[in-house]
Order: sequence, then structure tokens, then C-alpha cells
Amino acid sequence: MAKSNRINKWLISGPPLLYLIIFFAIPSLIMAFAAFRFPGDYGGLLPLIGPNPDTGANELLVTAENWRDYLTFENFGLFFTDSIYVELFAKSFWYAGITTLICLAMAYPLAWLIARSPKKYRDLMILLVILPFWSNFLIRVYAWMIILGPQGYFSMAINQVLGLIGIGPVQLMFSHVAVIIVLVYVHLPFMVLPLYANLEKHDMALLDAAQDLGASGWQRFWKITWPLSLPGVWAGAALVFIPALGMFAVPDLVGGTDGIMIGNLIKQQFLDSRDWPFGSVLSIMLTLAVLLLAGFAALIGRGGKRNAL
Amino acid sequence: MALLEIRDVVKRFGDFTAVNHVSLSVEAGEFFTLLGPSGCGKTTLLRMLAGFEQPDSGEIVLDSVNVAAVPPEKRPVHTVFQNYALFPHMTVAQNIAFPLKMANVAADEIKTRVAEVLEDVRLSQFATRYPNELSGGQRQRVAIARALVNRPRLLLLDEPLSALDAKLREEMQIELINLQKEVGITFVYVTHDQGEALALSHRIAVMNKGEVAQLDAPETIYSYPKSRFVADFIGQCNLLDATVKSIGSDRMQIEIAGVGIAETLPVAGAQVGQSGCLTVRPEKIKLGATLPSDDADEVHFKGKVHDCLYLGDVTIYIIELDNGMLVETMLPNSAPGRAKFFDDNDLVELAWRFDAGHFILA
Repeated sequence: MAKSNRINKWLISGPPLLYLIIFFAIPSLIMAFAAFRFPGDYGGLLPLIGPNPDTGANELLVTAENWRDYLTFENFGLFFTDSIYVELFAKSFWYAGITTLICLAMAYPLAWLIARSPKKYRDLMILLVILPFWSNFLIRVYAWMIILGPQGYFSMAINQVLGLIGIGPVQLMFSHVAVIIVLVYVHLPFMVLPLYANLEKHDMALLDAAQDLGASGWQRFWKITWPLSLPGVWAGAALVFIPALGMFAVPDLVGGTDGIMIGNLIKQQFLDSRDWPFGSVLSIMLTLAVLLLAGFAALIGRGGKRNAL
Repeated sequence: MALLEIRDVVKRFGDFTAVNHVSLSVEAGEFFTLLGPSGCGKTTLLRMLAGFEQPDSGEIVLDSVNVAAVPPEKRPVHTVFQNYALFPHMTVAQNIAFPLKMANVAADEIKTRVAEVLEDVRLSQFATRYPNELSGGQRQRVAIARALVNRPRLLLLDEPLSALDAKLREEMQIELINLQKEVGITFVYVTHDQGEALALSHRIAVMNKGEVAQLDAPETIYSYPKSRFVADFIGQCNLLDATVKSIGSDRMQIEIAGVGIAETLPVAGAQVGQSGCLTVRPEKIKLGATLPSDDADEVHFKGKVHDCLYLGDVTIYIIELDNGMLVETMLPNSAPGRAKFFDDNDLVELAWRFDAGHFILA
């Protein structure tokens, strides 16, 4: 029994595990290693294996004497010496953070409303929340380019209103405002779904009890609903913050030079500057930052789990 | 004036009348029970006392103030909910402190009062536990402590023992009685369990179809049910259909269809020829192989054992009378070494005092 259970366990978890090892773990290690190498003459990496000038046979070029010509910490040094990179990291965190907060503020009431709706309407409402996924991501972002563009009705309406109070006209397109608007739009469903899954399970008797014991509407929310929904809040925040932090397509399309994020810089290093080692450094720093945050969130989450009934 | 007065309260849900012109009053310090089958309106009435429902008409007067429209959080009334509704993210102490915090009680006073009430419910060593780390009985006590700590004028209990097993339920009943005596707070208790109601209450309002069928002390309700419904709902009861034959000053003769004449206490408003039913509790009936039949105060019948139910402490005998009518009787198995006195089909005699039964007019 125990043995067949173990075999079953491997049969079930084996394929995804193998997939992740081949397509995630190994490439990540390759990338981590690349961060310590030099760029090649025409992009890529300086080869470690090449033809021996004497014999012409392919062999390992690195030796105990010349390894400094092939391996280096310089790429990391560059990241910390030029403040522009750290600043861009900070800016990306700021964008992702703002996006997460706006998503939370918009998704919470929506998720609450859906969770409190009659059961027969809930599935339909959830379907409406995920409906945007039925069309292509890039098409939806291109749609925003039209909406936010100078000839878009949304832009024109905003400028009309601003004109009345003597401000503007402003350009929405190619700005950090456009990046945040579209980041919020793209990630909103990822906040709604975990919040809904959490709020839907809340025992309404707890709110009755709180009211019976003297709690006003706001007190019932802040003392009961909000703390009990924190696991959903953390899950939603992680699902929004982490992808938003590494996003490059949105700032690429609607951000212009003003709205660039860390993802764009990484893409630039690999494709435009052809500096793979430095692109790898940026990627590693991003991964480390996310891991740090995820670890922090897990620590808080574990504190919350203990109290779950 | 009574602490709580419910005056002509009506509550409808669509076409359904949940509470139909109910009036009753509860005295300060009383343990008052609303008893009835599910759907009788007892829970709706309780929710109106708590403030979760507003009556369609009528008044709910608490301390001489009509509170019918006051929201739950503003009433000096706290509830012990059926499934306790403890806050899972708060410790026992935090749960109990909740109503005090809501009432803006000073922090150090909260501390002493929580400690006091934890002492009352014998949970002091569990103050820092979370509800999911407690047993059913302990959760129950936390729920009661939380509802009591801010000293409400009225404590409402909504079937608080229904989630507990039989043995624990009995322990909790004793605890509840003692606690109520100790704190002196008025309890309004809702249950569908007649045994619980009889054991706990000072007075019981038996409810049926949104109306109060009878409101009396437990002994009165048990011994003198006013209607077939009450007699049937409270405990086991023989309901023998009969008609009034003659009415004397201290006795009344009735004819039990196909069985014979029996004497019983006269009932106000009874008239000769009127039909009704005689209620006799099983434990009030004497049972024997032969019984002396010369006592004029006793009603005397013959029959045979139809069924026996051995319950350990007592045995229930279902006796078939000559006309086929079944009467339930009960004998304690008090003789040592003896499981029961009769077997199926034994011929027996049964008798009861004329005042053991109680006639209900149809």
C-alpha cells in the first residue's frame, strides 16, 4: 500500500517536475552562470570552449592561469555602481506596488459584491471577470493605445474636463500614467479571483455576532471581514505584484521613454545591447527581489494560517 | 413592570406569517424559554428581540422603551448563536473582549472583566487559545462568556446546546442554570427540545404556527396541557378521545369511546355531549396483573400487553384495551434482578386516579 502510494506520487508529480527542471531550473542556472561571464564579440557570451590555436581541435579554453579572462564579478559591480539601475528597480517596484494597491481597492468591493450575490448569479459574474482572457493580451493592450491616444475619446474627454479648470491638455499615451492604467487593467482579474474565493467562504453568522455584540458597519468590516480575508489579499497581491514587476510588453507599448520598467531594460540588454551577462545580472536581481518578497509574504501567511478555522 | 414586553407582534415573510399576534412578558432575572417545533416562529421572535428582524406590527418594549426599530448593535441584548459564531482569528480572550472594545471600555477594565468571566465559565487557562483549538463544550462556554461579559439586560440563547452530544448537553444544562443564578441576567432561551425546556426554565412559552399555544411554568405545562398540541409535544402522553357524559361539582364523567366511563376533574366551560380528549401521562398509570378495583377515586381498565420497550431504568408497556385502543404506560425496573414485569400478550389491569388525567375540550 505504502509502496504503491509512493509510485503514484511520483507518477503524478513526476511529469510537471521534469518539465520544470528542464525548462525552468536548468535555464535559470545557465542564466545565473552567464552573469559571471563576458559578452561575446558579436553578442551572446564569450565562448569557454573553442579551437586550440595550435591543434585546431575544440577544447576548454579556461585554465587555472587565464580564468580571469573568462569569469568576472564586473557585471554585478556595474549594477551597483551606476545608480540608474537601482533607480529603475525602485521605479518598477513603485509601479507594481501602485498597480497592486489600485487592483486591491477596485477588486475588493467587486469580489465582496459577487460573493454576497445570489448563488445562481455568481458563476455568471465570475465568467464576466475572466471574459477579457478570451481575447489576446496584445490586442487588448493595442486597444488601450487607441483609447489613450490623443485622438481617443477617453483622452479627449479627460482633456475637455481638465480644460474647464484650466489644466492641460495632457498626453496620456506614453506616460507612467498609461503604464499604470494598463497594468491595472491587465491584472485586475488576478486580484478578483482569490479575493472572491476567500470572501465567498466567510460565515455570515460572524457578522451577525459582531453586530449583536455592538459593532457598527465599519467595525464589522475592519475587525471581522478584513482580517479574515487577508489570505485572499496576500494571494491576490502576489498574483498581481510579481507579474506586474517583471512586465515589459505594457511599458513597451504604452510607456514610451518615461514609462520604462526593469523588464524593458532586461529585454534591451539581451536583444539591443547584446550584453547577455548584464541582462542575466538584472534578471537574477529581479528574481532575488521577488523571492525575498514571496518569503516575506509566506512568513505573514503562515501566521494567518494558524488562525484559520 | 416587566423587563421585556412583547405586545401583539406580527412578522410575515411574503405570504407566510412567522409570528402571529404574539404578546408575552418576561420578568427581570427570569429564565424564559420559547419552545416549539421547527417553523413555529420561535427563532423569528428571537431575531426580533436581537434586532435582526423588525416586526411588521406590534411593540417590543425593553426597560419601558420600544426597541422594535433599534438596530442590533444599539440594543443592550446579546445573543449566543446556535453554532457559537466565535471569531476564528481571535483568541478566546480577544473574542470575549470584543463587545467591551465595541463599547469603548477602558483597556485595563477589559482585562479584569475578561479574566472574571473566564473564571465564571472555568476557561481561565484557555485565554490564549484559538477557537479551533477548543472542544465543542469549551466553544459553547466561550460563546456564553462573550455574550455575558458586557452585562446585557437580556441574554438570548438560540438552541445553544443542539450541537453537543447528549452527555455534554446535560452537563451544560446544569452549568447554564447555575450561571444564570450567579449572574442574575435574564435569559431568553430558544429550543425545540422539550426536555431541555422543562429542565432549565422558570417559564415556558410553547409556540405553534406563529402563536403562543401555552405559557406557564414547566410543571403546569407538563401536567395541565391546554391543547392537544401541547400535550403531544411535551413528553409522552396518552390522548384518549372521549365525550362528556355528566358534570358534577368536583368530578366530571366522560365516556371513552368503546372502553367505558371514566371520571376526571371538571373543566371550565365543558358541556354535556361535548367531545375532547383525556390526557394521561404514562408514568401516572398503575399497571399490574390484578389491581384492586374498589377505590372510587380510580379509573380501572383491563387489557393485554401489546409491546414492551426495555429502556434500562424503566420499561415502557404498550397496553391494548378491549376496544383495540393503545395506552402507553411505564414501570420503573426497581426490583433487583428483574428486567421487566410483563411480556407480550400478558393480561394486565391498569388504573389511574381520576385527577391524574386532564381533559382537553376539542
